[in-house]
Amino acid sequence: MKASQKQWREKLQGQMSPAWAEEIDHFETEIELKKQGKLEDRIFAETRLRRGAYGQRYDNGQRHDGIQSQKLEYPSPLTKGPHTLWDAPGMQRIKIPYGGINAKQLEVMAELAEEYSDGIAHITTRQDFQLHFIHIEDTPNLMRRLAAVGITTREACGNSVRNLTGCPYAGICNTQAFDVSPYADACTFFLLGHPDAQDFGRKFKIAFSGCAEKACGLVNIHDMGFIAATKIENGKEKRGFKFYVGGGLGSVPQNAKLFDEFLPEEEMLAMSQAICRVFGRYGEKKDRGRARIKFLIKDWGIDKFKEEVLKERKLLKTDPRWTDFLEKTRKDFEKPLKGPSKLDLAAQSQEFQKWYNTNVYHQRQEGYKAVTVALPLGDITADQLRKLADIVRKYTHDTIRTTVEQNFVIRWITETDLFSLYQDLKNASLDTAVANTILDIVSCPGTDTCKLGISSSRGLAGELRNRLAEQSHLLDEAVKNLHIKVSGCFNSCGQHHISDLGFYGVSRKIAGYTVPHFQVILGGQWENNGGSYGLAVGAVPSKRIPDVVTRLTGRYVTDRQKDEGFKDFIQRIGKVEIKKTLEDLTQVPSHDADPSFYADWGDPREYTIGDIGVGECAGAVVSAVEFDLTAAERQAFEAQLLLEKGDFQNAGLQAYESMVRAARGLIKHTVRDVSDDAEAIVQDFKTRYYDTQIFYDPFAGGKFAQYLFLAHKKSGQGYTPESAHQLIEEAILFIEAAYSCYGRMTEKKAALPA
Amino acid sequence: MNLQHINFKIFAEKQDISLDELIPVFHRWIQNKVTEEMLIDVADYAHVPEGPGILLIGHEANISIDNAENRLGLLYNRKTVMEGSTQDKLQKVMQLALQHCKRLEEEPTLSGKLKFNAGSLQLIINDRLLAPNTDETLKILEPELKNFLSQLYQKVPYTLTRHSDSRERFTLDIQAKKSFEVSSLLQKLK
Repeated sequence: MKASQKQWREKLQGQMSPAWAEEIDHFETEIELKKQGKLEDRIFAETRLRRGAYGQRYDNGQRHDGIQSQKLEYPSPLTKGPHTLWDAPGMQRIKIPYGGINAKQLEVMAELAEEYSDGIAHITTRQDFQLHFIHIEDTPNLMRRLAAVGITTREACGNSVRNLTGCPYAGICNTQAFDVSPYADACTFFLLGHPDAQDFGRKFKIAFSGCAEKACGLVNIHDMGFIAATKIENGKEKRGFKFYVGGGLGSVPQNAKLFDEFLPEEEMLAMSQAICRVFGRYGEKKDRGRARIKFLIKDWGIDKFKEEVLKERKLLKTDPRWTDFLEKTRKDFEKPLKGPSKLDLAAQSQEFQKWYNTNVYHQRQEGYKAVTVALPLGDITADQLRKLADIVRKYTHDTIRTTVEQNFVIRWITETDLFSLYQDLKNASLDTAVANTILDIVSCPGTDTCKLGISSSRGLAGELRNRLAEQSHLLDEAVKNLHIKVSGCFNSCGQHHISDLGFYGVSRKIAGYTVPHFQVILGGQWENNGGSYGLAVGAVPSKRIPDVVTRLTGRYVTDRQKDEGFKDFIQRIGKVEIKKTLEDLTQVPSHDADPSFYADWGDPREYTIGDIGVGECAGAVVSAVEFDLTAAERQAFEAQLLLEKGDFQNAGLQAYESMVRAARGLIKHTVRDVSDDAEAIVQDFKTRYYDTQIFYDPFAGGKFAQYLFLAHKKSGQGYTPESAHQLIEEAILFIEAAYSCYGRMTEKKAALPA
Repeated sequence: MNLQHINFKIFAEKQDISLDELIPVFHRWIQNKVTEEMLIDVADYAHVPEGPGILLIGHEANISIDNAENRLGLLYNRKTVMEGSTQDKLQKVMQLALQHCKRLEEEPTLSGKLKFNAGSLQLIINDRLLAPNTDETLKILEPELKNFLSQLYQKVPYTLTRHSDSRERFTLDIQAKKSFEVSSLLQKLK
């Protein structure tokens, strides 16, 4: 906690909006009340989350050091949430609406990274900044310093409208219908703190795109999304949006549903408000696993949802803010600093041309270019932020954007400034020529700092980046533009579902040891606003994922048909063939033969999924349990194959049966003779594992068990292609949860005194 | 001035080392609780050019092999508030920083690949409100600092250079006219 803590409030008085100042004062009071024991943990946790102050790994005071679980002896016994210690460092998320930021804001971010964090600012996959290792008592001043330059952290986390994302090329893009930036800006500040957006059961994410074809704002993966569209009415061009709802990644990805082919621009805010009201009123509140709006839409169907929203829309009292902002949309949202010019590229150095070919985007405005600053794993130092601020001032009208690929885009560069800009970026070590290539790997924080992380996503991403960089001159052109995205767990923060090669962290129990693995997800689509999701082809030990990348990209180069994209290639050769291709890579050598498999990337500690010591031997019953879990996994895979063939009835049935099989396996851990009857298995599983909470995931609770119960309840009702697809996703998660449960039980058993 | 959040960076003179090699070392420091300070976790920023390198995150302080400005060194970043006079605080922080340097120099797995020159230092005050990066701050701090450095370097001359960018934290490069072994300075601070 900073010694200057009490002085910032006074120093910054009058430098921010009174409303923002008051909110931060309130938060500071709440911190004080919590210290005095006058606020419940549960309430304070949601309060700080709504201000973007998040928990971080080991904040429960336990950390496994590779040998044993050690207690972290923080000085204060206070807590800042359930099982979250007061003095434990936390993460601060900072909303950057549609990624728009200016030079002064970059400088303040640098100050905060140095003074409160570890010297690094991290850009997330939703265009936010994150600072790590922050003390809760420093957060009010951190927020004040941000507010003084026009940034709020309000509703950066918690059950609220999160950072609104937007295409970083909005306004300069060649395929856009129009610039969505002013609409995104209006929507951000209309919904920020809006009374109708305060009573959600879960978070709510919004995106704006200028076009449908490119990745753009990734509308398909958002709770609510707008794609710019125009139409001619009475001879005049009218602006509006193709309007989507109910998309999302998370553990069970859902494609967004079309709500309206053309939502007029003057209806954009009104309809957003109506949707927030319906979600707030009817969305699930108790079961967090089903509380996103996608579940409400799934339960009701899009037609009923639409009917309810339109009914709500009619009841709304007109708000002048719905249309006041429209005047701004007809003016230039951003302006260039200098006039257009023409660059003679042929006269430039090879080094510059290499960078130009990967990192420079040709704006729709003649004579201007946009430049991507590619950050390794989304990380940037305070010094680099200051140098970037200088660059922003020197070459632009004080604007720059963050991207969902964890980079920056500097826009409106007059072409003849490009070489000088490149030199300035080089002086700041920000000139890496990897933008939009396979080396520009996206990763969530994973086990580095996230409480939910299962495997080291950043460690893997860093390793892949290093290896691919070494081979970059040998990489085939077809491979160079593929996307790799990595998540530390099934929650998809690394957006693994929408990449060519996606990975998410899981674990496997092998001969009494827990081994870090990644599920391999292939054939997702980044373009078309994250148009389609890949499916899992199997778990591979973490240490063999680089070999997976080498083998699959190699096979793609040799076996692809003319101009065949990776997604089509994967579909054509099929999952059976892919599984065969990767089969040997799924094997784990014994601990004696190669202990490196039992530690994660960038972390020499022996791997564990919890604070309980890893058992040396799981006993004879292990083989029986694992047999069923492996069989369940296989059945889930077969369900995917059936779905690919269009046999969605049997696909759904197989997925359901795979869950029952996994449940049966777990029951075998305690009972030798287990019934083959599905009803008996589900009931037995409920009694032994769900009612006792043994199956509960430490963070997701009983969510995965609910998947089984629901699948069982609906068995025999038939499946649609969509429901079969979803059931397969749920089956994979249920089986993973069964593995985890089994791992926890055997670890506990091993840890018990004899 | 209530001087707090003192950082000392002791530059390396021998640095035939990959930053990755520090990761298992720092994890072992946590396992073995090598210091009275509370150690929490290891953060790896080796991938960031001229960055904070490998950090050992602690409650009272972060200890890192830092590569800012492309100058490798051990950075001791005091986070919690310290009691005592300015001299006490400067001495305590320097002592802890030197102890960590010594530990790394003697670390068997690094085989002597890392050696520090305690005659080449950087002082950072990690709080812009307490100590803005101005001549005025230098003027206020200089007598205390000279007093401290005279104990440290005794009669060996040294130079003080303040970083000129006012956006930076208060940062002074301290360069003695000769090299100092870590262990010899530790003796002086006992």
